[in-house]
Amino acid sequence: MTTTRTQARAPRVGESALRPDGIPKVQGRFLFGNDLWADGMLWGKTLRSPHAHARIARIDVTPALAMTGVFAVLTADDVPGSGVFGLEQADQPVFASGVVRYVGEPIAVVAADHPELARRACEAIVVEYEVLTPLVDSQAAITAAAIHPDGNILRHLVIRHGDIDAIGDVVVEGIYEVGMQDQAFMGPESGLAIPDDDGGVQLFVSTQFVHADRDQTAACLGLPPDMVRATVAGTGGAFGGREDICLQVHVCLLALRTGRPVKMLYSRDESFVGHVHRHPARMEYRHHARRDGTIVKVEARVVFDGGAYASTSSAVLANACCFGAGPYRVPNAFIEGWAVRTNNPPCGAMRGFGAVQTCFAHEAQMDKLADALAIDRVELRLRNALEPGDTIITGQRITGTAPVAAVIRACADAPFPAGAELDPDSESAPMLLRPGGAGRTADARHVTRALGFAVSYKNLMFSEGFDDYSTARVRVEDGIATVHCACAEVGQGFVTLAQQIAREVLDIDEVVLAPADTHVGSAGSTSASRQTWMSGGAVEGACRLVKAQMEADAAAGTVQRVYEATFEHHHAPTQRLDENGQGDAHVSFAFAAHRAVVDVDRDLGLVRVVDVTTAQDVGRVLNPVQALGQIEGGIAQGVGLAVMEELVVDQGRIRNASFTDYLIPTALDMPTVTVAALIEEPEPGAPFGAKGIGEPPTISSTAAVAAAIRAATGRAVDRVPVRPDDLLF
Amino acid sequence: MTDQAIAITVNGERRKGRTEARTTLADFLRDELALTGTHVGCEHGVCGACTVLLDGEAVRSCLVLAVQADGADITTIEGIGPEPGRLGPVQQAFMECHGLQCGFCTPGFVVSVTSFLAEQPAPTDDEIREMLSGNICRCTGYQGIVAAVHRATELIEEATA
Repeated sequence: MTTTRTQARAPRVGESALRPDGIPKVQGRFLFGNDLWADGMLWGKTLRSPHAHARIARIDVTPALAMTGVFAVLTADDVPGSGVFGLEQADQPVFASGVVRYVGEPIAVVAADHPELARRACEAIVVEYEVLTPLVDSQAAITAAAIHPDGNILRHLVIRHGDIDAIGDVVVEGIYEVGMQDQAFMGPESGLAIPDDDGGVQLFVSTQFVHADRDQTAACLGLPPDMVRATVAGTGGAFGGREDICLQVHVCLLALRTGRPVKMLYSRDESFVGHVHRHPARMEYRHHARRDGTIVKVEARVVFDGGAYASTSSAVLANACCFGAGPYRVPNAFIEGWAVRTNNPPCGAMRGFGAVQTCFAHEAQMDKLADALAIDRVELRLRNALEPGDTIITGQRITGTAPVAAVIRACADAPFPAGAELDPDSESAPMLLRPGGAGRTADARHVTRALGFAVSYKNLMFSEGFDDYSTARVRVEDGIATVHCACAEVGQGFVTLAQQIAREVLDIDEVVLAPADTHVGSAGSTSASRQTWMSGGAVEGACRLVKAQMEADAAAGTVQRVYEATFEHHHAPTQRLDENGQGDAHVSFAFAAHRAVVDVDRDLGLVRVVDVTTAQDVGRVLNPVQALGQIEGGIAQGVGLAVMEELVVDQGRIRNASFTDYLIPTALDMPTVTVAALIEEPEPGAPFGAKGIGEPPTISSTAAVAAAIRAATGRAVDRVPVRPDDLLF
Repeated sequence: MTDQAIAITVNGERRKGRTEARTTLADFLRDELALTGTHVGCEHGVCGACTVLLDGEAVRSCLVLAVQADGADITTIEGIGPEPGRLGPVQQAFMECHGLQCGFCTPGFVVSVTSFLAEQPAPTDDEIREMLSGNICRCTGYQGIVAAVHRATELIEEATA
């Protein structure tokens, strides 16, 4: 949609280049999917199930179709291609037919000439249900009667590593839970579909994976993929919540049926049922160690609630298990993971992708272990910290960088920022900055301050044999370079990096970015901290091909007017995990440490996070100001999960689907974020040595805040988000 | 449904239109006047993305009916700069300080901060955070935004010095 040009100054790799989309964004000129408009366009609206589990006895759309201004009403009977879709397995119906499996499942869509009319037409559709008992207990789902033809087990993964019968001198146990977090991106789901003369369709959609959108949509429309021309529309955040499709098929079906452009735009409450969430998890852990603090074995059993459909549950569970022992040398491990289907809202990708949940558990365990051994908590982590050449619990040897001890030391040794000292003058703290803020301000004498520490690691890019390549096409003409890459810019700043990389390689100042669309090969998903590595590498590769041609021609004295090259960047191949959960399943790893300081009001159970200090393994910083932005923003979401963010689900129904009731940290809730160190050890095989940086900030920040609350209160704090009741009763 | 005629001044320009009584100012600006820089994030006054100036006061345009704004003077993000194509100090500061990522919340923040700094030209960190707490950003963690507010005060001071 937008073609952006460079600013006058042209910074290269490693400099704090400003976003090329920054000016239109601060001016309100940047067009989000929400803002798109086409002449004669209709508005699409979705009718959704009010039940978590029910049989559909009858659907009658005639009252809606009879309304003046309604142009189409479509149900499962109107899907010409595949009736089901899904990122990993096609198990989710475009429209429910026969049975509904979660509250909010689409039943029908309407196109009308006014959004309000479309909404009323949805209400006019008659659906008769026979309500069934919903399956909402993830543990029970393992053995309960199947609620889907594919069964209730989305994945059962067992990691057996070393001697699974090994016993330590000291054993600590715990049971931990994580609630359901929402990505809560600011720009609700939106898309515009325009029918093409040849029977195909153009789709402009806010997304983080436009080629997967295209492929799934085409399959459901019964069209060859190249007849669905998809473009990334301005995207107001994503954080995993836009990796699965939502309205893509619906809006295209309506456009093709009516022959007119159709726009769909979710309301905020609809958005909460329109995308997947972070999996709620229940995790049982047992750690064994020698008296000197050496970890002997980690045992765990984790159950992740995948909700009604598969989405990416399988890969999420793999991450949860693979990184479930933390960034430590663990010679023996037995980890059993289940991802199960229930009638709860579907869960899938969210920043941290499975590693967040088990990090909360394994870091609580590390603190327990340290206390049981009477070893300092940081020291215990240092003694067991992974190093390059070590083997992780999946049997994979770390061949790249692993500065685990470096991130731990830098974070633990950092001075406390002003105001976050451990011995505060709390009586002089401004009322607003006390637990409870302006609403229920604490009595300063009853506030306890404490710190917590946590470390994490996670894979970069997709794992388990998935070849998630990226493609870039670069053209140089009249001294201007044009980069065409389908990488979805969702706020992370790839547009800035793409320009920096092209300038660096080509030594050309002016770099234009073509729209991210399906007229070029796939860039894969903007997820898994992968785009700097994958699409950054694709842009670098294409630029190098162009540069080589230009240099060869210059040497031969035959200069061309236009140079163009396309490069497909693949990361090193990975393996699937075997029946013991062993294999070289991952490309690369990133590590981070977090130290949180909290104030807890002991009377009311309210928490204020005062500071989060971090050190992170980044490989190499390509843009310092953007790296900082990712770290600060990621920590905000980690803090949110620790103390306030939870979708409250009751019998499959989300009870707080609004920004009034689903709380996101505001500027007053957010602590200061102090970056003690960005550890720059260039990663072999990574373009410019840079590792992805988006996810690690979210992973151990939650665990660090929880540890600090535990330290302040002496409570178990075995569940996040921490609620006042958890600290009082 | 009965349309009502309204006349408002938007970004210095007199605009007339007909609207249903139930239409919010946000929808009127976006759908009738094609001023899509005013974003709707929550639809009920929590997130602040739709903030505009109404007779100089920052308001959430999703909580104001278009008919209530009849006769008012509205400034949206599109009119917050000194002249078309030039950035105002708050806009410039958000750019420089990386006070945005996805940018969906940015217009609301820029308008809110512009209004705030007109009343409070030299705020402390705590005052800034209190003021900003009426707007939600999901990407940045706010540090870039707090820095942008400080930077904006400098830019305003430089411009008036």
